[in-house]
Amino acid sequence: MNIGKALANRSFCVGLIVTGMIALVALASFVWTPYPVAALDIASKLKPPSAAHWLGTDHFGRDILSMIMVGSRNSIAVASVSVAIGAGIGVPLGLWGAASGGYIDEVLMRFNDLVFAFPALLSAVMITAVFGPGAINAIIAIGIFNIPVFARVARAAALSLWSREFVIAAGAIGKSPARITRDHILPNLASLLIVQATIQFSLGILAEAGLSYVGLGSQPPMPSWGRMLFEAQTMIGLAPHMALFPGLAIVITVLGLNLLGDGLRDVLDPRFR
Amino acid sequence: MKSWKLVIAGVAVSLVMSSASYAAKTDLVLGIVLEPPHLDPTAGAAAAIDEIVYANIFEGLTRIGPKGDVLPALAESWTQSEDGKVYTFKLHKDVKFHDGTAFDADDVKFSLDRARGNTSTNAQKGLFAAIDTVDVVDPSTVRVTLKQPSGDFLYNMGWGDAVIVAPESAGTNKDKPVGTGPFKFNSWAKGSQIVIAKNPDYWGKPALLDKATFRVIPDPAAATAALLAGDVQAFPVFPSYESIPQFQADPRFKVVIGTTEGETVLGMNNKKPPFDNPKVRQAVARAIDRKSLIDGAMFGFGMPIGSFFPPHHPAYIDLTAETAYDPELAKKLIAEAGHPDGFKTTLKLPPPTYARRGGEIIAAELREIGIEAEIIPVEWAQWLDQVFKNKDYDMTIVSHTEPNDLNIFSRDDYYFNYDSPAFKDLIKQIDATSNGAERTGLYQQAQKLLAKDVPAAFLFQLPKTGIWDAKIKGLWENGPIQANDLTAVKWLD
Repeated sequence: MNIGKALANRSFCVGLIVTGMIALVALASFVWTPYPVAALDIASKLKPPSAAHWLGTDHFGRDILSMIMVGSRNSIAVASVSVAIGAGIGVPLGLWGAASGGYIDEVLMRFNDLVFAFPALLSAVMITAVFGPGAINAIIAIGIFNIPVFARVARAAALSLWSREFVIAAGAIGKSPARITRDHILPNLASLLIVQATIQFSLGILAEAGLSYVGLGSQPPMPSWGRMLFEAQTMIGLAPHMALFPGLAIVITVLGLNLLGDGLRDVLDPRFR
Repeated sequence: MKSWKLVIAGVAVSLVMSSASYAAKTDLVLGIVLEPPHLDPTAGAAAAIDEIVYANIFEGLTRIGPKGDVLPALAESWTQSEDGKVYTFKLHKDVKFHDGTAFDADDVKFSLDRARGNTSTNAQKGLFAAIDTVDVVDPSTVRVTLKQPSGDFLYNMGWGDAVIVAPESAGTNKDKPVGTGPFKFNSWAKGSQIVIAKNPDYWGKPALLDKATFRVIPDPAAATAALLAGDVQAFPVFPSYESIPQFQADPRFKVVIGTTEGETVLGMNNKKPPFDNPKVRQAVARAIDRKSLIDGAMFGFGMPIGSFFPPHHPAYIDLTAETAYDPELAKKLIAEAGHPDGFKTTLKLPPPTYARRGGEIIAAELREIGIEAEIIPVEWAQWLDQVFKNKDYDMTIVSHTEPNDLNIFSRDDYYFNYDSPAFKDLIKQIDATSNGAERTGLYQQAQKLLAKDVPAAFLFQLPKTGIWDAKIKGLWENGPIQANDLTAVKWLD
C-alpha cells in the first residue's frame, strides 16, 4: 500500500481519524468513564447537558456520555465478531467454490443464494426471537448473514484470478488447487476483502442498533446505543438529548466506517490504481 | 405571502369544520394496550377481555360499580336466608340476548352450572366454589344455595367471569360474544380494533353512545401520538407515564389518576433455593427503595405498598415500614442466610413498562447488596407459560389487577409456591365471615402475616392513569374491577 497516496485520499483520512477516535473512546471506557454506568441515580434523572453531565442524564439518572462510551464497546464487539464469523466462513466457502468449480461450486452458491435471499435484519429478528435476546445471539444472527456476502466477493474475484497466466503457470508446475489458493489467490484478494469487511462492519453496527432497538440485542445493564434510542423515544418531548446523542454516535460511527471503506477501496483496489 | 394566507385560511376553515363535527358526536374511540385473546370472559383470565365486554356486552346477576360496590344487574333484587346460605334472586323481565333469544332463570342456572362444572374452562372457578345448588323457582326467580355462608358471594357474582350467557351462544362467545348488555358486538379487526354498537333493545337505561371502538395501541409512544392527534379520544389506562405531565398541561385533555386493584409485586419462587429461605426474601425486599422505584419506573405515579392489599380498601394498613429500604440490613440478612458474597439469579420481565423499567432499577439495587440478577425479557405468552404455569423462574415482576385477590397466596398451585398453613387458615376464616368488623380484623392479620413472611416483595399499587378528551363525561376514574364501563359515557358540547 502506498502511504503517500493513502494520505492524499481525503475520505480515507477522515474515515481513519473518526474510526480511530471511536476505537479510542471504546478502549478508554475500559479504564475510565465519567460515571459508573450500572449505578442508577433516580434523583437526577432527565437532566439536560451540563458541566456535571456533559451529555445529560437518562430516565434513571445515568450519565449519557458514560453510557455511549461503554455502548461503543458493545457495538464494536458485536460488529467485529459478526464480521469475523462472516469472513471466517464465507471466504473459505467462496474460495473453495471457485477452486473446485462444477457441482460443488453450484451447491455452495445456491445455498449462498438461499441465505442471501432472506432479508437479513428480519431473519436476525427471527433468530434472536427463537434463541432468546442477548448479545451472543445478535452476533450469531448478524454473522450468519455476513457469510454469503463474503462468499460472493471471494468467489467472484477468485474466479477471475483462476484464468490469469500466473495461476495457470502455478498449476502447470504441479501446485495443488489448495496451495494455489493459499499462495496466489488469497493475497490478491486481501485488499478487496478488507474493503468489504469495513463496509460489513458499519452495517453490523447498524444491525446491532436495530436489534437492540426492538429489544433483541444485549440486555441491561449493558448499555447499547439502539436500546438507548428505544428508551428515549417516549421521552423525546421531555428530554430530547436522550435521543440525540446516541443517535449521533451511531451516525458518526457508521459515517466514519463508510468513509474509511470508500477510501480504502480507492487506495487498495487495483481497478482504481 | 399570498400562498401562506391561503394555507392559514384553509387551516382555519378545517378547524371550524372539525369543531363543528365534534358537537354532535355519539361515537368514541378508546385506546387499549393489550388485545384480548378472545372475547369470552367466562373462559379466560386476560384482563383485556373484561376491559371490553364487562358491563358493555355481558352482564351478571350483580355488577361492581365505579366505587367497588355491589350493584344489582340482571337480578333486580335478592333476599338472603337467616343462616346466610340461601340467596333468592328476582330477575328482570323482558330481557333479551343480542341474538333475540329471551333471558330467564334457566340461563342463570346454565351459566352458573357451566362455570363451576367439571369441564369448565372458567379462569376463576374459585368464585363459584361456595355454590352447592342452583334451582329455578320460576322463569324470573333463581335460588342459589351455598355450602357455607360466604361474605363475598354477591361480590363474586359481579365479576366478569360470572356473567350470564345463553346456552345457544355460549360456544361461540369467543369470536362473537352475545350477551344482554347495552352494547352489541359489531366487528373485530384482529390486531387493530374491536367495535361495539348500541343495543336498541336494551332492557335497562340505554347507552348514550351509538358506537364505541377499542383500538389496540401497544406502543407507548404511539399512544401519546394517537391521543394528541385525536385518533383515539380516551385512554382509560394510559401506558406512557412520562408523557402524563404534557397532557396535564393541555386544556384539551382531562387527566385522572385513580386507583386500581393492581398490587405490583416482585414475585419470588418460594420453593427454589435460595428464595426458599425467608431471610433471602427479606433481604431482597429490604434492598428495594420503593420511592426511587416509583419515581424512576412510574414517574412518581403509584402508591407504595407493604403487603398485598389495595390502599383504598377500608381494611388497609400501611405496612411499608416492615420492609423499609435498608441495604445494610439486607447485606446482613444475606450473609446470615449463608450467601455472604451474594449470588446469581434471574429476573423474568413481562412487557409492561412498570415491569421492564422497574426490573432494571431493582436489578441495579440488588447488585448493591451482591445479588447479580440477570434480566430476561419475556412476552406475555411466554410469561404465562414459563412463570405462571410451570413456575420456571427465580424472580419476576407483575401487577395483580384482579380485585379481592388476597387469597392467591393461599392457593396450592400458585406461582409464588408460598405454602403457609397459618395464611390458608386466615383466608378460610375470611371466607366464612360476613361481619364487617371481624372481616377487617382478619384482613389486617393476613396483611401483617404477608409483610412478615415476604412471599413476594411488595412494591406499589398500580395507578389508573386515565386520559381523555375534556369533553367526555362518564368514564370511570378508578379501576375497582377490570372494566371500561361505557354505559354512562357521553360527549358534552
